[in-house]
Amino acid sequence: MKILVCISQVPDTTAKIAFTDNNTAFNTQGVTYIINPYDEWYALVRALELKESGAATAVHLVTVGKADVEPVIRKALALGGDEAIRIDTDSNDPYQVAAQIAEYAKAHNYDLVLCGKESIDYNNGSVGAMVAELLDMNFLGFASKIDVAGTTVTVNREIDGGEETNACDLPLVISCQKGVAEARIPNMRGIMAARTKPLTVVAGAAVANVSSVTSYEMPAPKSGVKMISADNMDELVQLLHSEAKVI
Amino acid sequence: MIVVLAEHAQGVFKKKSLEAILYAAHIAKEMGTGVTAIAMGNVSESEMQGLGAYGAQRVLHTTDARLDNFNSKAYAKVVIAAAKKESAKVIVGLHDTTGKAVMPRVAARLQAGLVAGAVGYPTMSNGFTVKKTVFSGKAFAFVTVTSDTKVISLMPNTFPVVKGEGSATIETLDAGLSDADFSVKVLEVSKASGAIPLSEAELVVSGGRGMKGPENWYVLEDLAKELGAATACSRPVADSHWRPHGEHVGQTGGTIRPNLYIAVGISGAIQHLAGVNGSKTIVVINKDPEAPFFKAADYGVLGDAMEVIPKLTEAVKKYKASQN
Repeated sequence: MKILVCISQVPDTTAKIAFTDNNTAFNTQGVTYIINPYDEWYALVRALELKESGAATAVHLVTVGKADVEPVIRKALALGGDEAIRIDTDSNDPYQVAAQIAEYAKAHNYDLVLCGKESIDYNNGSVGAMVAELLDMNFLGFASKIDVAGTTVTVNREIDGGEETNACDLPLVISCQKGVAEARIPNMRGIMAARTKPLTVVAGAAVANVSSVTSYEMPAPKSGVKMISADNMDELVQLLHSEAKVI
Repeated sequence: MIVVLAEHAQGVFKKKSLEAILYAAHIAKEMGTGVTAIAMGNVSESEMQGLGAYGAQRVLHTTDARLDNFNSKAYAKVVIAAAKKESAKVIVGLHDTTGKAVMPRVAARLQAGLVAGAVGYPTMSNGFTVKKTVFSGKAFAFVTVTSDTKVISLMPNTFPVVKGEGSATIETLDAGLSDADFSVKVLEVSKASGAIPLSEAELVVSGGRGMKGPENWYVLEDLAKELGAATACSRPVADSHWRPHGEHVGQTGGTIRPNLYIAVGISGAIQHLAGVNGSKTIVVINKDPEAPFFKAADYGVLGDAMEVIPKLTEAVKKYKASQN
């Protein structure tokens, strides 16, 4: 079983979110980038576990971006994985990103494609399902448990208002969230090994963007907190009713 | 036409799907067209006709009983068949676990631009642009879709649901489903019965490390019960297994936008705020006056949860009694 793990680079969770150029671009000044937590903690680590247990023969990492994403993909390789592929295109259109990954995956016969449930920057959560459609594969979203026996994958996943256990034959695309695996910290050996692992750069396929972010906006600031005495909960309930109109 | 995927649970359309239909009707009015809802599986005629009161003129119904279990491949195929039949310019779904698996498939198949998690109506004066949340609620982005067909998944609980008048006509839709579309086997389904799903809840009571331990959660549950609210928690609470992971809200957990979010014993780390700052009203109860969450709150109460919450529950009880 060959696994492809989709990796996205995102601003650190504590990064200050601000915009420049008349609110048309994200201000990258002083921002450090990390591997999207869902891709790293769950999709990548589960793929590595499946290789360690012998269920998978190869784990490849793929990312779509320009050369500036390479430090992050090296960090991912430090956790594990045999090789990485960077598709040399930059876009915030999820269809563009998915089409690039699908194009590569189609040519290299992966049995299982794993990704995080969403990236924490654009929060689209769309790439996994799009890749599945473009590869004509099944898609199981929001997995919290993934087991592989032969060519059958058993997945626990969140559905609207509950949980479901599914069985599905490979090939398959799965988006991962909490529960799938436990986060790991790269060790020195992994970091050293990552330096010499193959990182192939492939040119992007000719795909048209069908959407683009044209501007950004910060949420309106809160007008300030109204403090209420702990002995006067009746007042709080009254305010929630008559002022906030939420109860 | 605008087509909308209408989700139902055991034959009753979900409130957030009524919201999606109203949303589509608003866009349709501006575009001078109508709304067709898409229904799947086992749902009654009267229930489907009822969608007319929310702005759907027509319902396309794919009756295949296999659709009673969620399957992204089959659902997408039905939505695509409906979109083609109606020559849909805009396809609307929800940004929930169903929509997040179905709408990207639809968009990819039709090579259509997708706005995932819309929180505003499209503006059409200069292109087709829709507002959505980014950076886990810390900011908004305006996404311009350039393809002919547009796909939008609406963030639930963005717009109020107001029932109007009208009845929808029903037509059966054969989406050409085959066995290959149902190759995912469903071994087990467990749906929380009765409880309000967190993503749909209008009122949420949430606890953090300040609750000190799972044994103290009953005070929050009592309050939630009295309010008719769902319960949530912060990441350290889920990580310590005090509460199930499904209740974790924040940047790496769920993002929610309830009308009222009551945060108890949660300091308000930036990662937590990211998941809840779409809430319309935030109440923070904390015994630490320096808790950063107070800065993001509308109402604050300084005090110990175990003393304040029972008082608040009593006050809610009293208020409810006065309303009857």
